[in-house]
Amino acid sequence: MADRGSDTRPPALSAGELARWVWRQLTSMRVALMLLFLLALAAIPGSVIPQRRANPLDVADFIERNPELARWYDRFGLFDVFNAPWFAAIYIALMVSLVGCILPRSRDHWRAMRAQPPRAPRRLERMPAYRRIVVDAPPDVVLAAAHAELRQRRHRTNRADDSVAAEAGHLRETGNLVFHLSLVIVLLAVALGSLFGYRGTVIVQERTGFANTLTQYDSLSAGTMFDARNLPPFALELDEFVWEVHESGPQRGTPADFEARVRFVPEPGEVEERRSIRVNEPLEVDGTLIHILNPGYAPAVTVRDADGEILAEGPVTFLPMDDNFTSEGVRKVPVGSGADIGIEAIFFPTAAFEDGGATSVFAGARNPMLLFTAYAGDLGINDGTAQSVFRLDTSEMEQLMVDGEPFRAALAIGETIEMPGGHGTVTFDGYVKWVQLQISRNSGKELALGGALLAVAGLVASLYMRRRRVWVRADEDEAGRTVVEVAGLARSGGGDLDGQIGDIADGLIARLPAPAADPVVRQG
Amino acid sequence: MDAAQLGEWSRILVSGAMGAFIVAWFAYSAALLRRPERELVTAGHSELSGPPAESPEAGELSGRTTDDGRSPAERSAAIGLSVSVVATALLAAGVLTRALAIERVPWGNMHEFSITGSLVAAVVFLAFARTRLGQALAVWLVLTLVLVLGLAVTVLYVAPGPLVPALQSYWLVIHVGMAVVAFGLFTVSAVLSGLQIAAERAARKGRATSLPESGTLDRLAYRLIAVAFPIWTIGPLILGAVWAEVSWGRYWNWDPKETWALITWLAYAAYLHARATAGWKGTKASVISLVGYGTVLFSYFAVNMIFNGLHSYGGV
Repeated sequence: MADRGSDTRPPALSAGELARWVWRQLTSMRVALMLLFLLALAAIPGSVIPQRRANPLDVADFIERNPELARWYDRFGLFDVFNAPWFAAIYIALMVSLVGCILPRSRDHWRAMRAQPPRAPRRLERMPAYRRIVVDAPPDVVLAAAHAELRQRRHRTNRADDSVAAEAGHLRETGNLVFHLSLVIVLLAVALGSLFGYRGTVIVQERTGFANTLTQYDSLSAGTMFDARNLPPFALELDEFVWEVHESGPQRGTPADFEARVRFVPEPGEVEERRSIRVNEPLEVDGTLIHILNPGYAPAVTVRDADGEILAEGPVTFLPMDDNFTSEGVRKVPVGSGADIGIEAIFFPTAAFEDGGATSVFAGARNPMLLFTAYAGDLGINDGTAQSVFRLDTSEMEQLMVDGEPFRAALAIGETIEMPGGHGTVTFDGYVKWVQLQISRNSGKELALGGALLAVAGLVASLYMRRRRVWVRADEDEAGRTVVEVAGLARSGGGDLDGQIGDIADGLIARLPAPAADPVVRQG
Repeated sequence: MDAAQLGEWSRILVSGAMGAFIVAWFAYSAALLRRPERELVTAGHSELSGPPAESPEAGELSGRTTDDGRSPAERSAAIGLSVSVVATALLAAGVLTRALAIERVPWGNMHEFSITGSLVAAVVFLAFARTRLGQALAVWLVLTLVLVLGLAVTVLYVAPGPLVPALQSYWLVIHVGMAVVAFGLFTVSAVLSGLQIAAERAARKGRATSLPESGTLDRLAYRLIAVAFPIWTIGPLILGAVWAEVSWGRYWNWDPKETWALITWLAYAAYLHARATAGWKGTKASVISLVGYGTVLFSYFAVNMIFNGLHSYGGV
């Protein structure tokens, strides 16, 4: 801390001075550099620690394994770094620094662009690049030629009596400013998108449909300004989900191709169209994109009571547990008065028996098999609490038993088995495939892309344009010939200034009327 | 010949290229050791006012010469160059057979990315291998190639096969292609920055060195980064975002790969600012360049192999 007893302590800053000091610091290049590094550092935990938005399951898993650490992580928003206040603080500080740096520079640049190039200094031979030529043409012809030559080379010029002053490469600073301002545009576009955009997912089974309303979504994340009334009112029917799996080679078992064949109705009352959605080919309707995300299986069982009356039938969505799509799910059969039936099942698309247990050995359905057990009692569906469709609440149910062992059955397609205790029969009818669709709108994406492309254009200009000043002076010497001096000064590093000045001198000579004698060229 | 056989041939050719680069590395190392020490720069020497550096030829000519008028160092360097040419030709054949085996651009996974990136670096190196700078770089660049190719034919190797559906897109050609180019340029600039630091240290301590002048290395590293940075901005970042929107429905996901691409971008943006605006030159700027390259390596190796993200299929 500062030594309070010291007499040499500077007088306390007033609020205004302090504000100005903070502003100067914030807009200094040193602080901007620090903020750039800080932002890079701050992004690292977001890539190392699982993030809620991207991988909620990984986060849950992490919390389970490290509850103590997870509490601290949560306190600092480390499971959602990119929405954490401290992360926002860094990039907002960087933005403020950037704008604070760019605005005054824009003003200066605007003035500089409208100002005349400065007059030729008296002693041009002191400039870093210099040529001296003696020609026959009179000075004003030479200067007119110089003027034309410099103009053609895209210099801004300022003609005086005995000289021409020129300046080129203003685009460098223009590019620099455009680059930085475009970054602000990109960030604003991203912010806009997060306000108005939305993303929902829904699992659709083959031969079922989906209408684009909020209630149909399995999950939805939307910006604060999102309005459900703006959802495009399309509907679709999934005819078939094509899911090809590599049969051989090193990639055996991994997906080869996905295609969702749908009948699509853009708006109620419009004609149905046949469309297909593939991995890199989403379906677009009115700025909203429909993507296919994940595939899976929905096995169909028919449950009958002891009298053969159908209690439940049709496919149920199962969730895959491994790369070979061993999938688990439940079939809830509400009967009422404590006689509900719950079936807990595992589906193997290509079943194989190893070490007494069944596994799936291939993601495609070559040998489908359903392994299940059953419960009887109260499903708890009618007590009003929300329930997962993928889990049974067995607190009020009892597992069916056979000879003191839990009842288990393995069925191939078409097989039926009788449940113990007169609870009826279960038939494995087959399966359909399902696909998880993502419906999303990225508001402001065109603006973000435009801003990004503009930023690149500005960046390239700021990296490759060279600022320089050029002067040409023409004077008559004692012999009546004209001494032409061409000089240049680079205002940004790199580039071949000497070569440029040489080229300008050559171009100037070429513009003069045919010489009576060869011009005498002397290098500086 | 079927894909598997072509793939085997590719692996053999690439391994052969690696072997040849090892030979080249020994030749270049020998050239470095046999080069007579030269009094290049003295302590306190500055770029503008110091005595002019001795010409490159003078040092070598003052050494022992052989029958054909070349010094042992020159002969070793010449062997290194010829073997490098052979190695590059083998590598090119390896990349070509790989491309034939998979019937698409050879940068769909880390193995392919590594061999293609190495080929780009090798060709760029050969283009200026005879210059003084090329000779200074040779040992380090060839060593880097040996390491990368060694990884490519061992831990990174996968037999030729089709791509997952998400990668079956022309965006792969552009997005990953530009990443390969930027990766190669960043690699060379990192070697230059490393040498710059060594050269500056040697100059400060007045030690003799065979390195090019520190300022030259600094400028060249800057120029390469000035080329690579816009490529990085367009390919991995902007076009990556465009492809992400097409493929995942969202142009920015904070996926580990995206995050690290951005971290790399920020690091090199800091380098350009430090060098161009704040006027940092020499070691200070080179350190930032090396930090930037560290992020490039991390996002290539660590992110692909450790993290589970949307880019996971880019893995081994």
